[in-house]
Amino acid sequence: MAALINVPSKARRGDTIEIRTLTSHIMETGFRHTADGTLVPRDIITSFTCRYNGTEIFRADLFPAIAANPYLSFFTVAKESGKLEFEWIGDNGYSSTASASITVE
Amino acid sequence: MNAPVTRRDAILGITAVATSLAVPSILHAQSAGRIVVVGGGFGGAACARALKRAQRSLQVILIEPNAVFTSCPFSNEVVAGLRDIEAQQFGYDTLAAEGITVIRQAVTTIEPQQRSVLTADGVALPYDRLVLSPGIDFHFEGLPGYDEAAAEIMPHAWKAGAQTLLLRRQLEAMEDGGTVAIAIPANPSRCPPAPYERASLIAHYLKTKKPRSKVLILDAKDNFSQQRLFEKAWKELYGDMIERVALSQGGRATSVDPATKTIITEFGNYTPDVANVIPPQRAGSIAEIAGAADATGWCPIDPVTFESKLVKNVHVIGDACLGGGIPKSASAASAQGKACAAAIINLFAGRAPEAPRLTGVCYNTVAPGYGFSLAGNYQPKGDIFAEVEGGATSPVDAPRELRAREATEAERWFQTITADTFG
Repeated sequence: MAALINVPSKARRGDTIEIRTLTSHIMETGFRHTADGTLVPRDIITSFTCRYNGTEIFRADLFPAIAANPYLSFFTVAKESGKLEFEWIGDNGYSSTASASITVE
Repeated sequence: MNAPVTRRDAILGITAVATSLAVPSILHAQSAGRIVVVGGGFGGAACARALKRAQRSLQVILIEPNAVFTSCPFSNEVVAGLRDIEAQQFGYDTLAAEGITVIRQAVTTIEPQQRSVLTADGVALPYDRLVLSPGIDFHFEGLPGYDEAAAEIMPHAWKAGAQTLLLRRQLEAMEDGGTVAIAIPANPSRCPPAPYERASLIAHYLKTKKPRSKVLILDAKDNFSQQRLFEKAWKELYGDMIERVALSQGGRATSVDPATKTIITEFGNYTPDVANVIPPQRAGSIAEIAGAADATGWCPIDPVTFESKLVKNVHVIGDACLGGGIPKSASAASAQGKACAAAIINLFAGRAPEAPRLTGVCYNTVAPGYGFSLAGNYQPKGDIFAEVEGGATSPVDAPRELRAREATEAERWFQTITADTFG
């Protein structure tokens, strides 16, 4: 499943807007064992960033205690029309991106 | 499930009489044995009956504002047009004939200090023990935009009666090719598998009458009761007619707009032709009036006696109590009602109540002649009920004959529990 993004399509300049993201990922902690005692290797997302017209406006580091399918919600100020870009990076070379457009009037 | 409880109640009754003859102080306690039960559903009616049957000398008063009870179990069949609402309705004549005082009033105030219940007509009813079985009310703050008025446009049909019929009429009025959305809340909620049974039976109606239509489930949960059984049945019976958006796919409804019949989720807006919105829930408002509900909106209890942790001499049974592992179902409410009655009889007699072992059984009918079930046993563990051994769920891989047999058993279960409660 692709990432889910919720960004208001339109906003007034100076408005505080909420941005919601959810990406599907197992977030395997690396602390669990299978029935035969083998350690299940860690497989988590380690970093999330959001750029607004190229400028980083939000970053989060993720850790094993975060549940599967991490859902992040954060706020920014609508300054100009353009593009919001999202990037998730994780173990085993995991990388996923998404983007959304906003019109600021 | 019912036989052992009934047998125990009978034994308790005999023991209580014997003790009362021997000890005068208990005789006094008995003559003052006045129990008020508020709420005449599966929990309250079963409790009132069990009390009266165990000990005829008890004065048992049942307060219920409705003259007729409409059962939620099997009401999904009414929604799907497979059953008349009259088949869901039961009165209180038998209970009255057995010596239970049935008062058709709403409770307005409870005075735990005076041990008294006030009804809407201004009458004060004193009690030694009060049993609350108020069922659920809706937690409208949990779903902005939704209220009583919105429920007339986007019915919940989560209390059987007029709402059930409203949802039925909306389905009948919908054009072929339409979408029926069902918004499902997170747990705890009344009868956790029932929304999925409803989705199934609505799909059955659509498949037979409006085959180009769809059912869209917007779910605040990722996993649900008997999920593999439901999903297998959906695939077998309805193909891709039922689509489900789970919590981790953005399925949780965060608000509604009744003016445009829109369901707003964390990641999108949906405007279905029929919107069945089941809002988040809490204990029936009587529990709050009594001071028995905590910050969760539900009622913490001692699981051995069902006595409220917050108000003395008040017991809470059924959907309203914080039961832990025990689901909020008719079957569980009935078992709780009987166990609570046994505990009260013991308390009146000055004996230590026995830890109950409750059985809850839940049948799901996903199409006529296609049913499956889940049965669980529960015992007190700390402050709540925990599931213990002996439970069973229908196998995921089973011949259709078994599904047909379970559909018949479901019908029989309904006849049994309603006869046991009201008949």
